[in-house]
Amino acid sequence: MSYAPAPAALRKIEETIALYPEKSAALLPVLHIIQEGSGFISPEAESWAAAKLGILPVRVREVVSFYTMFRRAPAGRSTLQVCHNVSCALAGAEDILRFISEKLGIAPGETTPDGAISLVTVECLGHCDNAPCLQFDGVDHGPATRESVAALIEELKAHA
Amino acid sequence: MPENGFRLLPLDDDSWRLEAYLRRGGYETARKVLTSMAPEAVIAEVRKASLRGRGGAGFPAGVKWGFVPKGVSGPKYLCVNSDEAEPGTFKDRLVLLRAPHQLLEGMLITAFAVGIRTAFIYVRGEYALVARRLEEAIVEARSAGYIGPRLFGTDLSLDVVVHLGAGAYICGEETALLESLEGRRGMPRVRPPFPAVVGLFRSPTVINNVETLATVPQILARGADSFLSRGLPKDGGTRLYCVSGAVRRPGTYELAVGTPLREIIEVHAGGTPEGKGLKAVIPGGLSAPVLLPGEIDIPMDVDSLARAGSMLGSAGIVVIPEGTPMLDVLHATARFYAHESCGKCTPCRIGTSWILKIVGRLRRDGGRPADFDLILRLADGIKGKTLCPLGEGAAMPIQALVTKFRGELERAVAR
Repeated sequence: MSYAPAPAALRKIEETIALYPEKSAALLPVLHIIQEGSGFISPEAESWAAAKLGILPVRVREVVSFYTMFRRAPAGRSTLQVCHNVSCALAGAEDILRFISEKLGIAPGETTPDGAISLVTVECLGHCDNAPCLQFDGVDHGPATRESVAALIEELKAHA
Repeated sequence: MPENGFRLLPLDDDSWRLEAYLRRGGYETARKVLTSMAPEAVIAEVRKASLRGRGGAGFPAGVKWGFVPKGVSGPKYLCVNSDEAEPGTFKDRLVLLRAPHQLLEGMLITAFAVGIRTAFIYVRGEYALVARRLEEAIVEARSAGYIGPRLFGTDLSLDVVVHLGAGAYICGEETALLESLEGRRGMPRVRPPFPAVVGLFRSPTVINNVETLATVPQILARGADSFLSRGLPKDGGTRLYCVSGAVRRPGTYELAVGTPLREIIEVHAGGTPEGKGLKAVIPGGLSAPVLLPGEIDIPMDVDSLARAGSMLGSAGIVVIPEGTPMLDVLHATARFYAHESCGKCTPCRIGTSWILKIVGRLRRDGGRPADFDLILRLADGIKGKTLCPLGEGAAMPIQALVTKFRGELERAVAR
C-alpha cells in the first residue's frame, strides 16, 4: 500500500516546508498534517515524509515513536485524554477515569469496538485550575464531573 | 502599555485582538525602541530591571541576551519556549490566549536588541487550539505591519513561525526544544557550546519563555527603575503564580515577585476549602521539592525558594490537603518522570523507571524494608549525572517526598 496526501494537505505540507531554513525541520508539522488527514501515521506515510524532506525513513520513525501525540495505528474517531497528574488526581481524576472506563467498557489505551472513542491517560494538560480536566479532540473540558463526562460521551457518540 | 500599571493579563474578553491591544497603547514601546534606541541600551535596561526567566531556571534575560556573540554575519534566531508542560503550570496558556500581541511586542524588542530577524514560537502540541489563536494574532500583526519587513519604517524585519510540538515534556528543556524544532527527537544537547553561541540550525539563538518575553515591553515602556518598584532588587516585577489543588479559587494570579507563599494561597486563592487542613505545598511545579505547612512563610522568588531547599521553577503552586495519601503523590510523581525521561542519559532513563517500579511494588504489596532507602539512593544516582535538568527535576521532588513523609509512607506500606 502506498501513501499520498490529499491535494489540500499536500499544499499545506509544501507551504509548511517553505517556512523553515532546512527542509527536515518541518518534520513535526508535516507529521501533524499527515495524521490529521489519515488519523494515524503508517509506515508508508513515514517513507513518503522521509522522501519529501530528504531524510532517511528511520529518522522519521525515530520521531514518530518518540512523541506521544503521534499514532502509528488507527484510533477512535474521537480521543478522550484524561489527565491524572497531581492537581487532577487531588480533584478526583482516578474516579473520573474509572467512570469513563466503565461507561465505555474499555481500559485506557483502548478504543470502543464501534471505533467511536479512544481513551488515554495523559500527564498534565496545563488546565490545572479546572481539575480534573480532560481533552477531547483537542478541546479542553473541566472541571470534569461524572455528569459532565456522561453528557460529553453521549455527544461524542451522537457525532461519531 | 496599559495605564493601570503593569498587567500581563488584561481582563477584558477581546484583549487578544490587535485593536484592543492598540487601544491600550500596544506596539508603541516597540516603535520607540526600534526607531530611537541602540540595541546595547535595550539589553542594559533589561539587565538593570533584573528580569529573571519565568520558565523555570530563573536565569536573567538581559544576561542571556548578552551571551550572543557580536558581529556574527550569519542568521541568529529567537525561540519562544511555549512548551508549558510542568505539572501545576498553566500561565503561558493565558498569556497566549489573552495577550498574544504583548508577547509579539516583547519578541520585537528582544529581536531588535540581539539583531534577530527570524523567530520560532514552540507551542506544546496539546495547546493546538491556543496556537490557532496565536496564529490569528500573528496574521493581524503582520497585516498591520507590526510583524514582517520594514518595521516602523526602518529596514528592520521579523518573521514569526509557530511550531507545534507533539507531546514531550522534555522539549521545554532549551536544547531539546532546539532538537525538536529541527525535526528530531527532543533529546538535550551537550553544553557547551551554549545555544547563545551554537543554537538553532547551528546559529546563535536566544531562547526565552513566553511570560519572560511578554514582560519585556513593560520594562522598556517605563524603565527599569519603575519595573523594580515592584518585586525584589534582584528579581524584579510581577509574576504569574498558578494555584491549583485544594484551594477555593484555583487560578493564575499576577503578583509582585516575592509575594509570600502563604498570602498567595490564603488570600489570593482563598485558602483551603472549609474543613480541609493543609498538608503540603508544591511551590514551583512538580519538580519543586514539597514544602510542609510550617515552611510556607516564604517569599516566592528564585533565591528564597533555592535557600529553602526547593525551587520557584515555573511558579506552579499545588496545594495538597490533609487526608491525601502521600504514597499516591509519590507514585504520580515517579510515573511522570519515568514517562517523560527522554532516555538519552542512562542515570535518568534507568533511575526514573526503577523508582517507578519500586513505588509500584510498595503500593501493591508493601515492597521491601529497604525500598525507601533504595529510592533515595537511586535519586542520588541521577542528580548531577545528566545532561539536562530533568534528572534533578525528577530526583529532588522524589527525595523530598520520601524524606519529609517517611513516617506516613512507612505506615502506609506496612498495612
